[in-house]
Amino acid sequence: MTDTTAATRRPETLERVVIRFAGDSGDGMQLVGDRFTDVSAAFGNDLATLPNYPAEIRAPAGTIAGVSSFQVHIADFDIVTPGDVPNLLVAMNPAALKANLADLPPGASIIANTDAFETRNLEKAGYQANPLEDDTLAAYTVYPVPMTSMTVEATKGTGAKPRDAERSKNFFALGLISWMYTRPIAGIVTWIDEKYAKNAVVHDANLAALKAGYHFGETAEIFETPFEVAPAALPPGRYRNISGNVALAYGLIAAGQQSKLPILYASYPITPASDILHELSKHKNFGVRTMQAEDEIAAISVAIGGAFAGQLGVTATSGPGVDLKAEALGLAISLELPLILVDVQRGGPSTGLPTKTEQADLLLAMYGRHGEAPLPIVAAYSPSHCFDAAFEGARIALKYRTPVIVLTDGYLANGSEPWLFPDVDQLADISVPFTTELNHLNEDGSTEFWPYVRDETTLARPWAIPGTPGLMHRIGGIEKEDGTGNVNYDPANHELMVHLRAQKIAGIAADIPPVEVDDPTGDAELLVLGWGSTWGAIKAAARRVRANGRSVATANLVHLNPFPTNLGDVVGRYRKVLIPEMNLGQLSKLVRAEFLVDAKSLTKVQGLPFRAAEIEAKILEMIDG
Amino acid sequence: MAEPVALTKKDFTSDQEVRWCPGCGDYSVLTALQLMMPELGVRPENTVFVSGIGCSSRFPYYMNTYGIHSIHGRAPAFATGVAVARPDLDVWVVTGDGDGLSIGGNHLIHALRRNVNFTILLFNNQIYGLTKGQYSPTSEIGKVTKSSPFGSLDYPFNPISVAIGAEATFVARTHDLDRKHMQEVFRRAHEHKGAAFVEIYQNCNVFNDGAFDHITSKDKRADMLVNLRHGEPVRFGAEQEFGVRLNEYGEAVVVNVADVGVDALLVHDEARHDPTVAFALSRLAETPTSPTPMGVLRAVTRPTYEAEVQSQLGAAQANRGPGDLRALLESGGVWDVA
Repeated sequence: MTDTTAATRRPETLERVVIRFAGDSGDGMQLVGDRFTDVSAAFGNDLATLPNYPAEIRAPAGTIAGVSSFQVHIADFDIVTPGDVPNLLVAMNPAALKANLADLPPGASIIANTDAFETRNLEKAGYQANPLEDDTLAAYTVYPVPMTSMTVEATKGTGAKPRDAERSKNFFALGLISWMYTRPIAGIVTWIDEKYAKNAVVHDANLAALKAGYHFGETAEIFETPFEVAPAALPPGRYRNISGNVALAYGLIAAGQQSKLPILYASYPITPASDILHELSKHKNFGVRTMQAEDEIAAISVAIGGAFAGQLGVTATSGPGVDLKAEALGLAISLELPLILVDVQRGGPSTGLPTKTEQADLLLAMYGRHGEAPLPIVAAYSPSHCFDAAFEGARIALKYRTPVIVLTDGYLANGSEPWLFPDVDQLADISVPFTTELNHLNEDGSTEFWPYVRDETTLARPWAIPGTPGLMHRIGGIEKEDGTGNVNYDPANHELMVHLRAQKIAGIAADIPPVEVDDPTGDAELLVLGWGSTWGAIKAAARRVRANGRSVATANLVHLNPFPTNLGDVVGRYRKVLIPEMNLGQLSKLVRAEFLVDAKSLTKVQGLPFRAAEIEAKILEMIDG
Repeated sequence: MAEPVALTKKDFTSDQEVRWCPGCGDYSVLTALQLMMPELGVRPENTVFVSGIGCSSRFPYYMNTYGIHSIHGRAPAFATGVAVARPDLDVWVVTGDGDGLSIGGNHLIHALRRNVNFTILLFNNQIYGLTKGQYSPTSEIGKVTKSSPFGSLDYPFNPISVAIGAEATFVARTHDLDRKHMQEVFRRAHEHKGAAFVEIYQNCNVFNDGAFDHITSKDKRADMLVNLRHGEPVRFGAEQEFGVRLNEYGEAVVVNVADVGVDALLVHDEARHDPTVAFALSRLAETPTSPTPMGVLRAVTRPTYEAEVQSQLGAAQANRGPGDLRALLESGGVWDVA
């Protein structure tokens, strides 16, 4: 394969490749990952990404704790996960190598920034000897590249001081990898032009480093050949790249437009949900009011106040914030007002793993309030699906006058993928009317307004907003009399109200789609049921199993409460049911309790998504077991 | 719907039976407000009362307006949501010393610093009434209650000092035995654009009866209530024989006018932007047993939070036009797959 003339080297075609950029958290790995993702998306590849970074903004440089990485999976076909294991690791320092080496399969490639492999960094990473010089990496193809010194050299003349010039080495790496995978770098150049327009020195240094990296790949003869991943054959239409948090913000904006209601979004900064606030606060021209509240409780309270006043009240947080918001959620259930609470799940309990993913808040969402306090739960299953989940959450909240919890997770929030975004004209109208008329006829013929008269079909109560003459009413968290909404402590009334609130939520089952089963051969005995972000890994695992001629069925739940009406039939139809979850079996508990089926759990709580191989292995074990 | 010619107390009174203990100071506050509301030129349907938890927080149920009886301590946050969503509404917050200063202290101070345009009525009875008699964050040190049989160890808050420290733009105090004074203070608070904080000394005749007798009973008022009047020297006493002046450290101290002369007295300036003097006045009485300032301590102008929110929305729409969802979805680079 060695073709000595760089310019004429012909790319070798790959169907898919998984690249992981790893370095210090100050090395700009997330930036490089994002840029590489964008050029790959624009190139037409299907892709999925997995950012992974420490909670500390700048953990001690050079240590394992400070390693930040970004994995991107690009392919010429429709893919559903960020890839199990990297084919290529870019290690900017020894700690990045050490932290990621265990994930590399034998035969994988490593590009190491040799300049960083000096005594101090090696010691910080816990290496006794330089792994580039002994047989530690014997199983891999190692490309030693002095990225720091070449970057410093390339940036001479830009005016950047050597220490600052070193910081452009991530662009050197980006340029090099762009050449290796035949990415056009014009898009990156444009991005650098825009991003650093106001800082000529940084602009010039980054651009010089990018080009130097690209040209190094082209001219140095250490790489046999570049690779090419052709555009994917995706369904026709117009695409963009999108991350989960941005998709969720767009879904909320779309819900505001399609319900003709201004959004009042209040939240308190928390990883990994803050980007939703950042995104929404850019779009005030949509009439979106965003507020950074003094705490999590204030955030939900502001949103409920907005709902009472006739706006679409939204708050978003992560697990610790949901704990704090529990009491106010209970009030929203009692007030029967529309509200959306987004929980971008992260590793728990307590502060847990703030920057890592988990799905362990399902039971919190289900039951995390005192009293009988049911509410609908909608879960997103991919970054772009966060748009749909937010929109669906808003639809249910408005129609049934109830708080809805939308579950996403850290992996979906920060991960990105190409998105065949919807035609705005096809989005449903989810507007609901405000009540403006008196609704109760007294025996003496007089009429008045009762805030808890229910719609016969939805059991929703009227939404009468301040400013409406004649409909003044007071509502609170104390138990209310059926109909009038007056404070009431009567035993039978309380029981009636508890049942009515539960029936209202249970009745939503008739208004959501049945769960779809993917069972192409129709003879599968095992159903793999998932929810949330495990969708991709389950789908990829099933593809592998089927590619080997075995049968397996899969299904994914978007609605976790209430369940789709056909779920009992579906789980009852298969001899075996497997539920993979990034928790200790929370959906599994619900399914077993609800349907008395012997569903098995596959659990993973490492702060990382499932690998398809892990689920594949379990599927095969169950099929054969 | 026909427009009533003129509103009366009845228009602001709901059909709900008032359930406070007989003799509670809350009744007089409710009556004072219901009588005054028609004079404010507001309409019941444009008025929202928001409360937290506690005896005083039942207040909204008795007003024929829109109302939320929310959860403990959070009323300022719910009310902020109402006010931000609907700057056209007239928003009132009703809270107590436990609700507003203990469990809800955080929301209170942040609502004040933001200057949300609403009126906060803090009923201070220096006790937890609804939970039947525990000491509150305004109870005097050493107070013997069910939860402090050997005396409370907690140093109390001075709510006025807290409000001034929290950058409140309007701070006032009144008491439940003087309807006219209450109404005057409520009227001023309502006129104020921004967060208006009103502490009401309110008697809990069941668990803390007579807490304010030493200063509010008819025979004590002249010598114990320091009625503040903007632009006038701070004087009190049956013969106006006492006054307040600032000493060399900037502390407010009670003096005999005969000793120092009128010119030495502090001239009250509620509109002074710097809060130092208002704070000094708030420290005049540590507990309601010595001469205590009453009336408006501070009334300064600052843009309201919701007006600033509206202004950003307006600017965004003026600069970028109304939101276009299609353009938003297509932002940031798209490509077509045939």
